Amino acid sequence: MSLDEQVLSYPIPSDAALEPPAEWAELRNKCPVAHVKLPSGDQATLLTRYEDVKRVLADPRFTRQLNAPDAARLSAEGDGVFNSEMAQIIPDGGEEHQHWRRLVGKWFTAKRMAALRPSMEEIAEQLIDDMVKCGAPGDLKAGLGFPLPVYVICDMLGVPAADRERFSYWSDALLNLTRYSRAEMEAAQGEFFQYMADHVAARRAEAGDDVLSELIAAGGPEEGGLTDIQILVTGMALLVAGHETTANMIGKMVSMLLADRSRWERLLADPSLIRTAVEETLRLDANSGFGLPRYLRDEIEVGGTVLPRGTTVVCSMAAANRDESVFEGAEEMDLRRSPNAHLAFGVGAHSCLGQALARTELQVVLEVLLRKLPSLELAVPVEELERVEGLAVGGLRTVPVRW
Amino acid sequence: MRVTVDEDKCCGAGQCVLIAPEVFDQREDDGIVMLLEHEPGEDRHVAVREAAAVCPGAAIEVSDKA
Repeated sequence: MSLDEQVLSYPIPSDAALEPPAEWAELRNKCPVAHVKLPSGDQATLLTRYEDVKRVLADPRFTRQLNAPDAARLSAEGDGVFNSEMAQIIPDGGEEHQHWRRLVGKWFTAKRMAALRPSMEEIAEQLIDDMVKCGAPGDLKAGLGFPLPVYVICDMLGVPAADRERFSYWSDALLNLTRYSRAEMEAAQGEFFQYMADHVAARRAEAGDDVLSELIAAGGPEEGGLTDIQILVTGMALLVAGHETTANMIGKMVSMLLADRSRWERLLADPSLIRTAVEETLRLDANSGFGLPRYLRDEIEVGGTVLPRGTTVVCSMAAANRDESVFEGAEEMDLRRSPNAHLAFGVGAHSCLGQALARTELQVVLEVLLRKLPSLELAVPVEELERVEGLAVGGLRTVPVRW
Repeated sequence: MRVTVDEDKCCGAGQCVLIAPEVFDQREDDGIVMLLEHEPGEDRHVAVREAAAVCPGAAIEVSDKA
């Protein structure tokens, strides 16, 4: 059966950890608006072309809330981060959303992130020293990729890094598609909620130099601030969003740059390429997870097709990032590519709030690795790298390296 | 080159600041873009075009008229 006759199962598996599934190119070229079947068994519409994905993501009318009765369910066990009572507490549209975004966003400005660089470097150097002490081969994910973003986001939230193992489990469960049962997800959510409630109460009693204390200090809604529960859920969201994604990206970025060692060597010879190299790995990330769902409250025309009101759309930013009509040599890694208007962080009013933080962490990690471990290489053939399965966010299970 | 920014479209992502910090900054109280130079010098033109191209809010307009 050709692609446009069958209903494709989504997510689409790929044979190789770092390579895109062959279907993406076919979809972009022949079936840019495709019917897919989700893990829940429900149907949705998959978009893979750059212009179409950008159009839908940038449209302020549509959000990822899939709570309408005719919206698709992503997984059979409940949709965690994409649809829960938690997700509905943070305003997702209109002026309320903009207000929340600006209030929280002032902590994520490029200037604040630049001020964090020295401490990020210190953390990275310490983690790398520890990894080296244990001897090669090491796991870059466990040794550096996962701990670094956790330390950073814990600092920002004023939460002790000693609690990070608990955070890891909770955020995994909230990003669940197929890995955890509904009971496990609900239990995790409850524990996480209680932890944050206790933490916010502690910060209310004694303010610290962190995002949550500042949100508390902004007062209640009457004073232009947020409600207690909004602050709490914001904290949960920042923790989940601030570690799993970046932790995984660190592993993927380094893997991609080491998969063809001439890339690593070019960076060693010219570290001024770091910023554009990071963007290019974000663009070419073929394992970025589920993509972003959108529920269409109004009909919209996309690529010559009218999508009716009530459609659940899935936007594949990773497929769109390889669109030849937008990126010259789209399947090739160009460490100098500039401008690089990829969609890895989305676009528009709902684009990733933490993208300046993510970029800074990725740049710092790369800079410190190049400096401290110039002889870094993968300790296994690329074919042996394995993807993490069953979560909304994509990553590698381990990144074995030697130096 | 003349640069303008639309505060309503800005989502506070900060890419412009990372790419061209001499031309763009963000407001302390809400992270929204502040234009530091509305007619940046020629040595900044490439960076400003890149910032405009990648802005997730499409909030930066660049025109070549003086």
